[in-house]
Amino acid sequence: MEREEIKSILESLLFVADGPQSAERLAEALDGADKQIVRELLDEIQQDFESQNRGIRLVEVAGGYQLRTPKASAEAVKKFLGGRPARMGKATLETLAIVAYRQPITKAEIEAIRGVDVDGVVTTLLERNLIRAVARKDVPGRPFLYGTTAEFLQLFNLKDLSQLPTLKEMEEITLPEIPGETLALDQPDES
Amino acid sequence: MSTRVQLEFFEGPLDLLLHLIKKNEVSITDIPIAAITEQYLATLEMMQTLSLDVAGEFLVMAATLIHIKSRMLLPAGTEEGEDEEGGLDPRDELVRRLLEYQRYKDAATELEQREILTRDVFTRAAPPVEEAGPRGFREVSVFELLGALKRVIDRLPKDIVHEVTLDKITVREKMTMLLDRLRHQASMLFEELFEEAKTRMEVVVTFLAMLELVKVRAIRISQEDLTGPIRIEAAADMDEAAERVSLDDETKEKQDGA
Repeated sequence: MEREEIKSILESLLFVADGPQSAERLAEALDGADKQIVRELLDEIQQDFESQNRGIRLVEVAGGYQLRTPKASAEAVKKFLGGRPARMGKATLETLAIVAYRQPITKAEIEAIRGVDVDGVVTTLLERNLIRAVARKDVPGRPFLYGTTAEFLQLFNLKDLSQLPTLKEMEEITLPEIPGETLALDQPDES
Repeated sequence: MSTRVQLEFFEGPLDLLLHLIKKNEVSITDIPIAAITEQYLATLEMMQTLSLDVAGEFLVMAATLIHIKSRMLLPAGTEEGEDEEGGLDPRDELVRRLLEYQRYKDAATELEQREILTRDVFTRAAPPVEEAGPRGFREVSVFELLGALKRVIDRLPKDIVHEVTLDKITVREKMTMLLDRLRHQASMLFEELFEEAKTRMEVVVTFLAMLELVKVRAIRISQEDLTGPIRIEAAADMDEAAERVSLDDETKEKQDGA
């Protein structure tokens, strides 16, 4: 197959795909087109959309490639789709951030950081598939350890977890790091 | 289940403390503990005046603050007997927690500024833009659903003679029926769902079908307030979700459940 032909088909695949597709998967769908070439072509498509300031962009997200609208179109698209804008509460975002940076983490450990009960938020995040139970912690009660999902990466336009902005250092003081469990014990039950 | 109203602005005691520290333009690492404690307690009092249910965590923090305040009044070095970290500033542990919390608050802000799907960027098969039910509605917990289910079952005629029904309704069939109904009528009450169900088995199958549809996000269940009616409505992408159901071989056709 000609390069241009593959490129065109790649674009079609990306258009019909449901969710981000990895270069491997796309190469497979192209009857074993060379992975390296597929990657190059994906890069080209990405640049084409970008340089021509097109209304769709090829974005690397959650370990794959996905066509997305650029931010500049957001207002018009939202108006066109006519839904209410998705909004996330502070509690949701904070909890998500904690899970994202500290995963795998238990509910008690999240509570120790936030200083409040997180039952409701964790349930909502689980329901929305933004976090999931990844294992159980080997401590009494064997609580669930939570981690983020591919949906989380998609929601925040992240290629992978390493793309998370680095946490600000707690520069001002240097106190001994206290492990989560100790913290959890410090966190008294509701009275 | 207890309902807890949170003072809108503060996610918790740490959040309130950070707010006070910022308001007073003081450093986290050198908190004027007496002043901050006073303001913290005043805020709690205000919350109580507004008859907001002050969460236990706020009270625990109040006690912590008062404890720190009292330790600050003691001359340094008189407390080593009871304190392993004798000599350290009594505020240290609190400072550490505040700084850590602040880090994640910042991280949350950064996340919030990213190009968020369905807010800033969209995909072709754009997921429903709306996120929860209509304003003022809350999500219903499984326990509330089970409670509502029990009310439905209790309403069934008790003295039905054991009739052997060969009329098998599978969960899958019920799901399809439910979706058909919702296509004609955008939303219905939880009770309406069971109008045609005559037997316990039918009620259970209907209930399972409903749960299954929630799971694949074809429908949404919401409730205006804790005691209000539970409402079932079609999700924005109901048909798409329904398609996933019919393709999904793993959804076993259960018909037991009793």
